[in-house]
Amino acid sequence: MSDSVHERISGIVNGHDVVLFMKGTPLFPQCGFSSRAIAILDHLDVPYHTVDVLQDMEVRQGIKAFSEWPTIPQLYVKGEFLGGSDIMMEMFEAGELHQALTQAGIPVKG
Amino acid sequence: MPMPAPEIEALIRAALPDAEVTITDLAGDGDHYAAHVVSAAFAGRPRVAQHKLVYEALGGRMGGVLHALQLTTATPT
Repeated sequence: MSDSVHERISGIVNGHDVVLFMKGTPLFPQCGFSSRAIAILDHLDVPYHTVDVLQDMEVRQGIKAFSEWPTIPQLYVKGEFLGGSDIMMEMFEAGELHQALTQAGIPVKG
Repeated sequence: MPMPAPEIEALIRAALPDAEVTITDLAGDGDHYAAHVVSAAFAGRPRVAQHKLVYEALGGRMGGVLHALQLTTATPT
């Protein structure tokens, strides 16, 4: 990954409290795992920013190196990589996602 | 491109010999799996680190040959 891609990704994850890198958009997810991640965030009713990696090949490849994580979606909270959709689901079911977001100062309404 | 379940299990067990691996073929097409991995190696590690251990065992196939593998991890009780 080039420095410029790293900087761009860094700028995105630090520029928003909650960021989901996904395939497609919240309204039209292009993959079941991205769809599941959106469903969880919507259920928690937290404000989030999404990046459609299908529209950006640099970010699509770069994000995997950035987090050393091989798959998309990827969730970042306050600049920190929290996990993919499986971890989101595990944490959600255990009440840990709600807790992690609240601790990060994110308003969770759901 | 499909990958047989026993092959996935063998790769995980090669890296985590104590692992109990349960693989479910979600769609019956040899391409969409759920894997539950129980290993003492996960103890004291955050979830991301636990999943990374499994992804490392799969040696770069995750996100490539293995597009659809739902993963859950746990330590032995």
